[in-house]
Amino acid sequence: MPTPADIGAGRRNRGDRAWAAGITFLGACVLVVAGVIVLEIWGVARPALRELGLWSFLVSSDWDPVSGSFGALPFVYGTLVTSAVAMLVALPIGVGLALFLSEMGPRQLRPPVSFAIETLAAIPSVIYGLWGLFVLVPWLRGTVEPFLGRRLGFLPLFSGPPIGLGYLAGGLILAMMILPTISSVTLEVLKTVPPPLREGALALGATRWEAIRLAVLPYSRAGIFGAALLGLGRALGETMAVTMVIGNSPQIRASLFAAGYSLPAVIANEFAEATGALHTGALAGLALVLFGITLLLNGLARLLVRAVARGPARAAA
Amino acid sequence: MRSLKLRRMRNHAWTVLCGLAVLAAMVPLASLLWLVVSQGVSGLSLTFFTSRPAPVGEPGGGVGNAIAGSFTIVGLACLLGLPVGIGAGVFLAERGNGRFGDAVRFTCEVLSGVPSIVIGIVAYGLVVLPMKRFSALAGAVALAILMVPGLARSTEEFVRLVPGALREASLALGVAQWKTSLRIVLRTALPGIVTASLLAIARAAGETAPLLFTSLNNQYWNFQPDQPTASLTVQIFNYAVSPYDDWHKKAWSAALVLLLLVGLLNVVARFAARSRLQGVR
Repeated sequence: MPTPADIGAGRRNRGDRAWAAGITFLGACVLVVAGVIVLEIWGVARPALRELGLWSFLVSSDWDPVSGSFGALPFVYGTLVTSAVAMLVALPIGVGLALFLSEMGPRQLRPPVSFAIETLAAIPSVIYGLWGLFVLVPWLRGTVEPFLGRRLGFLPLFSGPPIGLGYLAGGLILAMMILPTISSVTLEVLKTVPPPLREGALALGATRWEAIRLAVLPYSRAGIFGAALLGLGRALGETMAVTMVIGNSPQIRASLFAAGYSLPAVIANEFAEATGALHTGALAGLALVLFGITLLLNGLARLLVRAVARGPARAAA
Repeated sequence: MRSLKLRRMRNHAWTVLCGLAVLAAMVPLASLLWLVVSQGVSGLSLTFFTSRPAPVGEPGGGVGNAIAGSFTIVGLACLLGLPVGIGAGVFLAERGNGRFGDAVRFTCEVLSGVPSIVIGIVAYGLVVLPMKRFSALAGAVALAILMVPGLARSTEEFVRLVPGALREASLALGVAQWKTSLRIVLRTALPGIVTASLLAIARAAGETAPLLFTSLNNQYWNFQPDQPTASLTVQIFNYAVSPYDDWHKKAWSAALVLLLLVGLLNVVARFAARSRLQGVR
């Protein structure tokens, strides 16, 4: 069968060829950009990594630019802890919200809440940081952390003085920022559940919740997992809001109340005023670590979501 | 077998829990919007928009140069990023069915997840190091790289929405392919592409992290692309983390301005998308 590209191939003129070459070139630009990204970070980071040694850079927990010791561990730890807190908070809320909108609540609720979710996604992260710094942090310091400390203070997680700034604040602000990602992707995934599955369960006498648990959730599990990974990818790389509330102190503490640091935050704070090539290179090394983690996660998440999106289409065909 | 009563109660309990999740998502949003408006609105005045920052303790002063700087940086980013993003999207829609197209598409998806701070370092290595100077251009390069992947994907979707019959009708009339693509397909998809571009611009305008060490900041007016340039977002950050109450106030006001700008772009983008739907019908 002749495709549109073949029609008139005999007298394909210069314009067609130029057009095809032009847009193919612009498409190729994307690949070039990807290559440049990898090369540039590697280029900035390489001298420092060579001098420090990749392994000792990754496992050292000492970060002191003045004495020239650079270890990535406190930042990796901070990034992982804040992201974990964010996932623990945002995943149940995001999935619950999506379930309520698509399966339980009144239909009229859907447009306004969807609009609100889109608004959440559109707010610049520096504004989240501003709100976190002047609203969330005082609230944590005055109310939440003293309360948790009184009730659960025997756990190392909730010990120490309530200073507000710290892992908990970073995690909560991240939760707010990844909520739109998780809930909107979950909503999309729930849309792909074939109605007969749900209807079958309901017809057999299942309650709404039982239909969700027995029919809807098993079908959409992989997709929700993909949504969670996309959210996690965003949480790991989020910079400004975390920088403003995490306390900016390169240490590893078990308590969520303690001040910490995250990979993007230290780059944001120190890169412009880095003292010498080694410092700059070490920060670029941190960026490389961050880049690697998010690349892995995002690739995985996209493949999962894609597989789910294709599933029902294949079943229908 | 559990009793029906117990199962019903369970059902209600989960419904209430999920309802609470909706509430838990809405309360912080409402709080954020309310505070930005209520804290920010008192600081807005004509001088806030037209003058440059004043030293601590001095009355007056504003973010005029930061607003102008944001426009400069985002404008430059558009010059670099929009053609590549839209072009790549058109490529994906028109000739992106092969293996090469798949590679480009997957690269776009993966790139859209790369943290913006990492892109900042790329622009630093690409522009700041060779020029030996922080500049608006470096910031623009970072924002442009951030714009491309998302824009390409949404442009592709909008171009693919154009009915095949339109293209075939044009080709059947003997119009050359490139003319069909440009004048028929792209013109039909234009409102959608405008929407996608506006959303990409809105996102870029709200970015802070990649600007911190590319365009840096500037206390003065600057319109030269090879000089450090102030931006609204970096200014908000600097004001917010400063120890002065006076500057915190300014941060809220600047945040309100930024929020209005980004909101306006989003609203216009939605409007364009709506007129697209009517056009297809």
